[in-house]
Amino acid sequence: MNYHWNWGIFLEQVKGGDETYLDWLLTGLGWTLAVSLTAWVIALTLGICIGALRSMPSRLPVMLGNAWVELFRNIPLLVQMFLWFFVMPEFLPRDWSLWVKQDMPAKEFLTAALCLGLFTSARVAEQVRAGVGSLPRGQRDAALALGLTLPQTYRHVILPQALRIVIPPLTSEFMNVFKNSSVAFAIGVLELTFQARQMQEDSEQGIETFLAVTLLYFICAFAANRGMVLIEARTRVPGLIARTG
Amino acid sequence: MIEIRNLSKWYGQTRVLADCSTHVAKGEVVVVCGPSGSGKSTLIKCVNGLEPFARGSITVDGVSVGDPGTDLPRLRARVGMVFQHFELFPHMSVEQNLALAQIKVLGRSKDEAAARGVALLDRVGLREHARKFPGQLSGGQQQRVAIARALAMDPVCLLFDEPTSALDPEMIGEVLDVMVELARTGMTMMCVSHEMGFARKVAKRVVFMDHGEIVEDAPAAQFFEAPASERARTFLARILHH
Repeated sequence: MNYHWNWGIFLEQVKGGDETYLDWLLTGLGWTLAVSLTAWVIALTLGICIGALRSMPSRLPVMLGNAWVELFRNIPLLVQMFLWFFVMPEFLPRDWSLWVKQDMPAKEFLTAALCLGLFTSARVAEQVRAGVGSLPRGQRDAALALGLTLPQTYRHVILPQALRIVIPPLTSEFMNVFKNSSVAFAIGVLELTFQARQMQEDSEQGIETFLAVTLLYFICAFAANRGMVLIEARTRVPGLIARTG
Repeated sequence: MIEIRNLSKWYGQTRVLADCSTHVAKGEVVVVCGPSGSGKSTLIKCVNGLEPFARGSITVDGVSVGDPGTDLPRLRARVGMVFQHFELFPHMSVEQNLALAQIKVLGRSKDEAAARGVALLDRVGLREHARKFPGQLSGGQQQRVAIARALAMDPVCLLFDEPTSALDPEMIGEVLDVMVELARTGMTMMCVSHEMGFARKVAKRVVFMDHGEIVEDAPAAQFFEAPASERARTFLARILHH
């Protein structure tokens, strides 16, 4: 391989600016974290609600929940990014449409976080529904028999158990959020992948750049994984270890 | 207290309850028995509206269960239920299991609920287990907690759905003792059970079901000494001699 290695490149100044390449990457990391964490909050909140809807005894909420999941699960994430960014504003009322196109602050960031959040919510909903389905039906009966309403039954009895069961699959969804956030570069969010491409072109040290970026993504996903393992240990119920595995 | 009139229920084409009528008066214990698949559990789950029914009526303490205008949560709060598989909430400690519905449904304060919980745990002999989780208790202990949980709501009557059939034989006694003691205090109880010793001791009447029908509804002594139907005789012979 005839390549001129230069690991010192990260501390060098970018062409025509007083930042270093490392500054670029760290800014990118910041936006990656911001998009991912915002998206995760949206995904968890909506995913739990939609997942619960899909496990209800009556038909309408189940159909609504299923439609949601199929909608967001069957379109590629990249296409969804473009849809939200370029297509959706056209369908808004005229004033809103203008505002979104011209004045909306942090437009790229908010669009990316919303899009990734909704996309992931469909996947979280699927896990939550499976978790609820794995509980014995008697748990719901017992809660209802005590006079709890259906929402109270979900809040205090069904979801606390179902969520504990689905922590392992949710962990991979959380890791996926960090990895999928790289798609946000396509609509111009200055996140890690965007900055990496910029650094590659500017510095012509593509290998070091992408190795560094790989490491940063790896650290994010790995930290997400460790965090979830910690939560799993914290919420473990005495006498129930065998069941949650 | 509980009045069941001409109750029928279908699962698709299959009729699971066929024109069932019976009643439980205040302070009475009625035991429902019959071969498996005879509809006993379905019948008792209709009483607090856990199972919907197609035809007939049930009133509990004057409230019509099948009426669409009935506030079911409110009715259920006054009707205790004990399940075959205990159904304690495994993610909550024993004291939390006892307190949850007292706080969320009856609006009691945490302290009130805790005090009531401790008193009831004492009554079922499990006071020292308040901090444990259901998974750390034996089946018999879990079922006694489940009875205490139902009692914590100060119910007007209690429904038991095969409360001892998931228990190891050596634990059946401790649960039955609690149920007998309850019966002696005048609690209105409807029990799906195969424990004929228990039925003999405390039941006012025995309801015998087969294929979704109430075949016999007789005073306990009469049912055991001179069952009227061939089906009841066969059933009794089978369960008393095993």
